[in-house]
Amino acid sequence: MIPTAFEYFRPANLSEALALLEQYKDEAKLLAGGHSLIPLMKLRLAQPQYVIDLGGVKELSYIRESGEHLLIGAMTRHVDVETSEMLRQRCPLLAETAHRIGDVQVRNMGTIGGSLAHADPAADYPAAILALGAELRAVSTKGERWIRAEDFFVDMLTTALQPGEILVEVKVPALGPRTGTAYVKVAQKASGFALCGVAVVLAVDPNGVCQDVAVGITGIAPKAYRARAVEEALRGRALDASVIANASAKATEGIDPLEDLHASAEYRAHLARVWCRRAIEQARESV
Amino acid sequence: MGKKFVGEPIPRVEDHRLITGRSQYVDDIVRPRMVYAAILRSIYAHARLKAVNVEKARQAPGVIAVFTGADVREAIGPVPVASRLPDLKIPKHPVLALEKVHYVGEPIAVVVAGDRYLARDAVDMIEVEYEPLEAVVDPERAIAEGAPIVHEEFGTNVAFVWRLSGGDIERAFREADVVVSQRMVNQRLIPVAMEPRGVVAEYLPGEGQLTVWTSTQIPHLLRTQLATMLGLAENRLRVIAPEVGGGFGSKLNVYAEEALVGYLAMRLGRPVKWIETRRENFLSTTHGRGQIAEVEAAVKRDGTVLGLRYKIIQDLGAYHQLLTPAIPTLTGLMATGPYKIPNLHVQIVGAFTNKMATDAYRGAGRPEATYWLERMMDRIAGELGLDPVQVRMRNFPQPEEFPFPTASGLAYDSGNYHQALRRAMELVGYEKLRQEQQQLRQQGRYLGIGISTYVEICALGPSPALPAGGWESATVRVEPTGKVTVLTGASPHGQGQETAFAQIVADELGVELADVRVIHGDTAIVQYGIGTFGSRATAVGGTAVYGALQKVKEKATHLAAHLLGEENVANVAFEDGHFFLKDNPERRMTFHEVALAAYLAKNLPPGVEPGLEATYFFEPSNFTFPFGAHIAVVEVDPETGDVQFRRYVAVDDCGRVLNPLLVDGQVHGGIVQSLGQALLEEAVYDESGQLVTGELTEYAIPKATDVPWLETDRTETPSPVNPLGIKGVGEAGTIAATPAIVNAVLDALAPFGVQHLDMPLRPEKIWRAIRGA
Ligand SMILES: Cc1cc2nc3c(=O)[nH]c(=O)nc-3n(C[C@H](O)[C@H](O)[C@H](O)COP(=O)(O)OP(=O)(O)OC[C@H]3O[C@@H](n4cnc5c(N)ncnc54)[C@H](O)[C@@H]3O)c2cc1C
Repeated sequence: MIPTAFEYFRPANLSEALALLEQYKDEAKLLAGGHSLIPLMKLRLAQPQYVIDLGGVKELSYIRESGEHLLIGAMTRHVDVETSEMLRQRCPLLAETAHRIGDVQVRNMGTIGGSLAHADPAADYPAAILALGAELRAVSTKGERWIRAEDFFVDMLTTALQPGEILVEVKVPALGPRTGTAYVKVAQKASGFALCGVAVVLAVDPNGVCQDVAVGITGIAPKAYRARAVEEALRGRALDASVIANASAKATEGIDPLEDLHASAEYRAHLARVWCRRAIEQARESV
Repeated sequence: MGKKFVGEPIPRVEDHRLITGRSQYVDDIVRPRMVYAAILRSIYAHARLKAVNVEKARQAPGVIAVFTGADVREAIGPVPVASRLPDLKIPKHPVLALEKVHYVGEPIAVVVAGDRYLARDAVDMIEVEYEPLEAVVDPERAIAEGAPIVHEEFGTNVAFVWRLSGGDIERAFREADVVVSQRMVNQRLIPVAMEPRGVVAEYLPGEGQLTVWTSTQIPHLLRTQLATMLGLAENRLRVIAPEVGGGFGSKLNVYAEEALVGYLAMRLGRPVKWIETRRENFLSTTHGRGQIAEVEAAVKRDGTVLGLRYKIIQDLGAYHQLLTPAIPTLTGLMATGPYKIPNLHVQIVGAFTNKMATDAYRGAGRPEATYWLERMMDRIAGELGLDPVQVRMRNFPQPEEFPFPTASGLAYDSGNYHQALRRAMELVGYEKLRQEQQQLRQQGRYLGIGISTYVEICALGPSPALPAGGWESATVRVEPTGKVTVLTGASPHGQGQETAFAQIVADELGVELADVRVIHGDTAIVQYGIGTFGSRATAVGGTAVYGALQKVKEKATHLAAHLLGEENVANVAFEDGHFFLKDNPERRMTFHEVALAAYLAKNLPPGVEPGLEATYFFEPSNFTFPFGAHIAVVEVDPETGDVQFRRYVAVDDCGRVLNPLLVDGQVHGGIVQSLGQALLEEAVYDESGQLVTGELTEYAIPKATDVPWLETDRTETPSPVNPLGIKGVGEAGTIAATPAIVNAVLDALAPFGVQHLDMPLRPEKIWRAIRGA
């Protein structure tokens, strides 16, 4: 509960932050909302020598429209995503997901960039980010690149970010026509993180036939994943109860579910199937 | 008649400072030249300590001193246990481990440094050479043949076998139509007070006085024990419990760190602070519950329970803390609950395990008793095809049977159990709910209705029943300006006695609430007292205040008579803060005037001492026995095993109510903790004795969003044990609610043929039970 000693920097802009990161490399940690990093430091599971606080980098906190996309700065707090009128109108899934993260205090501090970069297997955002097919912009002193959401999550607590890179922006598509979305979550009762979280983006034609669908699932596996088998079983089909149920039964196809004190692998898989179905039904209702 | 405060919903006078962050907890205390202690704790559940090398730590930056068990063994006596049971095995319990460690978290060494960061860093530099031994974690295994032995000197892990009998149990089973039996587990819990433990100690060499600020429920008892442990004269030791951020029994204790930090302050000549981390709080502050029971009930077909046989194993952990062995005996005493069950046999085996000690946790032995029995009542109803209400009603004693003698040897003071249950049924709409339950089942929905009728043993208690006395003390001091200071020997820490006691004073002396100040928790200011636990602070401590007030009033009346020139004291009345002559009410004086006159002492009656204060030590003649009926209504999602509350109705009878807001607050908190035990919480140790649920991210305490709307109501059956008729309500919620919730879930699962599940009833467990059905 008492961290080891570290040196603290509070750069005023992105280039200063990048320079510091370049200088201290592996011995430095970026600090965003601190709601994942600081608990780890208190338990001495993380012992960075240098902490680079992005709190002063104001240019990374924004929600903007850009044509058919929305851009969210990495330092945007969960509460700002949750309450953004623009997101509620044009990307309700993201706002809904932010609303389900932790409690008010956590949402007041935690950031979307921090959550994605941390890649906790039970974090909420990854499910939505995958279902939305988001793209993530990373910057280093050498330049910038875009990473597709699906390529971003590599393994438990591991992302495609390279040493020296800062995640600066998340780009998500605006809600298309005749599209419904849903995020449902079963919370692990102690931590409040997702034991199972399912995000669905679902486009249906006027006859109720599924035109396109994306399902992101978190909490079940070492990293959040796209439930491709579910999507395939829905696409092009009229969404009646049995089609949805049969598709949802494939929610963990090819996945090796996690097992811990809070849920066995078997129960996690079961939850994924049940809540996948409920999420699809909810998304269909919201079209 | 002027204002009356007793019985009114007065908001707590404590709350302003608490809510605005202006109260002072141990960690807020800063003394000049203060240094910080950090403790190295065992990472093994069971190991021999081959070497503890502290040299590197001693050299570390900012480190002032490092001590091991060998360094302090002569200077600090063992951690005490107050309970005495026949043939109790008491292991040596040094403040820092010597040859062996017996649980993960056992203190091994202490570092003192200039700040808490340096102290913590230096802890990592201590090199301990352990020789790991096989650990025993499961209490059933611990008492079986061939188990690893926690304390080799005993050659067994059985610390005691305690038995209690009443009536003729063999005959009860001979005469039974049916025997219902059930094995059940009341899982180990972690109290998780919001404020962890903490100690600041300061030694004044000039006066030879040690002051210890500590987060405790029992400052005076602690002072006596610390004096012994440290070899100090008790009047050179001052214990202060500042604001205490929750205890729930976990601070009703004497801990190694309290003596250790006191010793460090004397030894180093500097004030020392130690604040427990949350991780340490999980590992090294006492746990609660931890019983396994096999219960057999001898019953008649009509639901009459003839007798109960209990075989209980108590998981003690590695050492006895202050009351560890005594807690399960309360389970035994309350084993017949609110029922007229004349034949009883209880056997309790205390088992040492390589874990933290169990001890009092809100309810302390009585939640276990209520849980066993209320689960049995539902099992009996199930076996006999009767409604659970019917079984309970059949076995309640009648109101005119009080004081009601139990097979366990107690005499319940007063009660009307039928009335409480009827009231709860009325509030919840019991009959209609049963119909709805039937209808929903047709639709594949599973509603469950769970009842718990309970009686608890409170206002602990008559002195012969408690190791250190069961009385309580109060001083009522009227200041010259007529303000009233109350010094209570109880040590409230969230229960609201500053408000309740002020209400009593205001009514008795006709002063305003704001004129009363209640002081507690400082042994240099307050006369000796016992403390706050066992739902005693109002029933026993409040009665002491009441007793002191009568003495003050008597003296003031005497003085008023004198000042009013009245020879016949009986002709002086005292009402609404005025003394006046009954036959001439125009001749009057205010309470303030009399108080001032007592201090100015210009004109006192002969033989009357100046001043206006009195101290009263109240010794209760019996315990009190609050009771009630709780009904939980839940719906179980058969697909996921998820439990949702529909209703929660609590009817509690805690005797006379001084302040309904305080009572509701206590009941609410208790129910929430019960909900935690019923559905969420469990201290899980793995086979090697590591605490798996060692963090708040793993150990699920209830959050606001888990709690249903709580509908509270009361019946009021005054206790004859004290003049105010108070029974106590601090633990009712935790005693009543756990079985109500579990019974509700199992009632919902009845169509699947599930008879019992052990707590916590997590969704996966329920889902598996449904699937297995
Ligand atoms: C009590 C509690 C409950 C919580 N409940 C939930 C929950 O229900 N659901 C949920 O999803 N989360 C939950 N969280 C986690 C919370 O959402 C965190 O805020 C989030 O995981 C991390 O975001 P942060 O801004 O706090 O990042 P930090 O903790 O500051 O950083 C996390 C990691 O990301 C790195 N990092 C941060 N920003 C960047 C960046 N821009 N580029 C590259 N690397 C970066 C840091 O170096 C660090 O390694 C909870 C946390 C707490 C304390």
